[in-house]
Amino acid sequence: MSRRNRMRTQVLRVIALVVFGLFFLTPIAAMFEFSTRGNGLNAARTWVAWTSILTYPDLTDAIKASLALAAITSVAMLLLLLPTMVWVRLRIPAIKATIEFICLLPLTIPAIVLIVGLSPIYYWIALNVSDNILTLAFGYVILVLPYAYRSLDAGLSSIDVKTLTEAARSLGASWPAVMWRIIVPNIPVAILNALLLSVALVLGEYTFANLLNYTNLQVAIALLGRANAGVSISTAVASLLFAFILLMVISFVGRRRAPSLTAAATDPQYLTAGQRT
Amino acid sequence: MTAGRPIGGGRRLSLTWIGVIPFFAYIGLFLLLPTAIVVAGAFLDKNGNPTFAEIQTTLSQGYVARAYLNSLLLSLVSAVVGAIAGAILAYAIVLGNPQGLLRRVVTSVAGVLAQFGGVTLAFAFIATIGGAGFMTVFLQDHGIDIYPNGIWLYELPGLVLVYLYFQIPLMVLVFLPALDGIRPQWREATESLGGNGWHYWRYVAGPLLFPAFLGATLLLFANAFSAYATAAALINQGNPIVPLAIGNLIQSEVGLSDPGQAKALALGMVVIVAIVMVSYAILQRRTARWLQ
Repeated sequence: MSRRNRMRTQVLRVIALVVFGLFFLTPIAAMFEFSTRGNGLNAARTWVAWTSILTYPDLTDAIKASLALAAITSVAMLLLLLPTMVWVRLRIPAIKATIEFICLLPLTIPAIVLIVGLSPIYYWIALNVSDNILTLAFGYVILVLPYAYRSLDAGLSSIDVKTLTEAARSLGASWPAVMWRIIVPNIPVAILNALLLSVALVLGEYTFANLLNYTNLQVAIALLGRANAGVSISTAVASLLFAFILLMVISFVGRRRAPSLTAAATDPQYLTAGQRT
Repeated sequence: MTAGRPIGGGRRLSLTWIGVIPFFAYIGLFLLLPTAIVVAGAFLDKNGNPTFAEIQTTLSQGYVARAYLNSLLLSLVSAVVGAIAGAILAYAIVLGNPQGLLRRVVTSVAGVLAQFGGVTLAFAFIATIGGAGFMTVFLQDHGIDIYPNGIWLYELPGLVLVYLYFQIPLMVLVFLPALDGIRPQWREATESLGGNGWHYWRYVAGPLLFPAFLGATLLLFANAFSAYATAAALINQGNPIVPLAIGNLIQSEVGLSDPGQAKALALGMVVIVAIVMVSYAILQRRTARWLQ
């Protein structure tokens, strides 16, 4: 490239970055602006919408429910997925592709379609088991499946599951001990990623809860938006910031630990379980 | 290696499969059964007899055709615009240092924003260009009315704009690896053979990137086509797009009076998304062959 061309490319590049930056920052900034507006045209800035978040009982109930759902969903996801993935790798590698296909399926089936089929099942659950909002976790496990699978699969691929397990088993470890004391300590980053992604996804979930008539955090925010726009927007910003921090933690932790994971995959010295802290 | 293991032992075999029973039971109940209910339900009447009547009556309703048309239009426009804008942004990033701070920040933020949607996103745009939004008021003070013909934020054009907020970051994430596959040496080779910038894009980089670009556009299309939460939070009445029409049917059928209609609409979505995603997978395979 000639010098003139390079200059022109650089100028265009900076312009593009500024334009995109404005497009993505303005709505976030506008939410802050909106949530600190006072009553009336020239009223002073106020934090009332932020400080009063916890004074709305509907909202606090929804926050508690969403946090509980996030915890239940991530633990259930881990209990369901991780042992299955390890077992399949060890004993039935022939169906690994099938498991992967199934786990990625929720990415291609729209949530709105899934809920059409789930609503009669939830109708049955509400009648025969429980109509508690926490039953939403059944569906949420399905929603987080693709993200959790990818994260855990990356973790399990970076360690020698077979050798580690055979070593542990030949030393007399039971299967639960293998899972808890060998597999889990060896893929801490993958498990953390899967957990945080699940939490972020559940806290932002709206479709299932809304259409099954449960009031989780997002549904409560949407309902409140009709009565008090300021508070609903401040809560929305707060939940967004929370999810943002979670996902930033993932990208930060993932980057820092990634080299040691690949080292563990290639260097036999690293294969000693539990040596890395 | 596994010579010591009995191969045909019946007990061993059944024990092996017991390990995956919880997973398949759960998936069967909460993923495969709902899908089967949608597909089968579209072809069953109220008494459970096979019929095409549900699909026929659903298709014959005017709002269904309009909803599908709107959905396809919304997905197409937001996918094409999002793909072009996202490709430009991705290229602007690739021109910089691959280990640089800018790239790391942009990819991290794009990862967050591509998942961003629903109520918060709708509110963000209401706070920006809603009737009392930050931009609306600011521009009004400077004599510019962005709504000369009524507020379009709560209609299709508004949805396109709002969807771009997650479509562009998704495009950046999907398209960056393809751009990374382009070697600077190819540009140098073009130049040493006497080609200029146009030749390079027309005959070298363009044809190489086009399958990746097309595949990414399809992914964006499916992404917009499936989205419900953002539109539902933004639009309170009417059935302008298919996901909203399905949502309204589910919520209104308290006595499950006509569940077949929601299933017929949902089946249509499944078919369209499946076609798009299969094309995406094919293009992806083609792309992977060139850009390693």
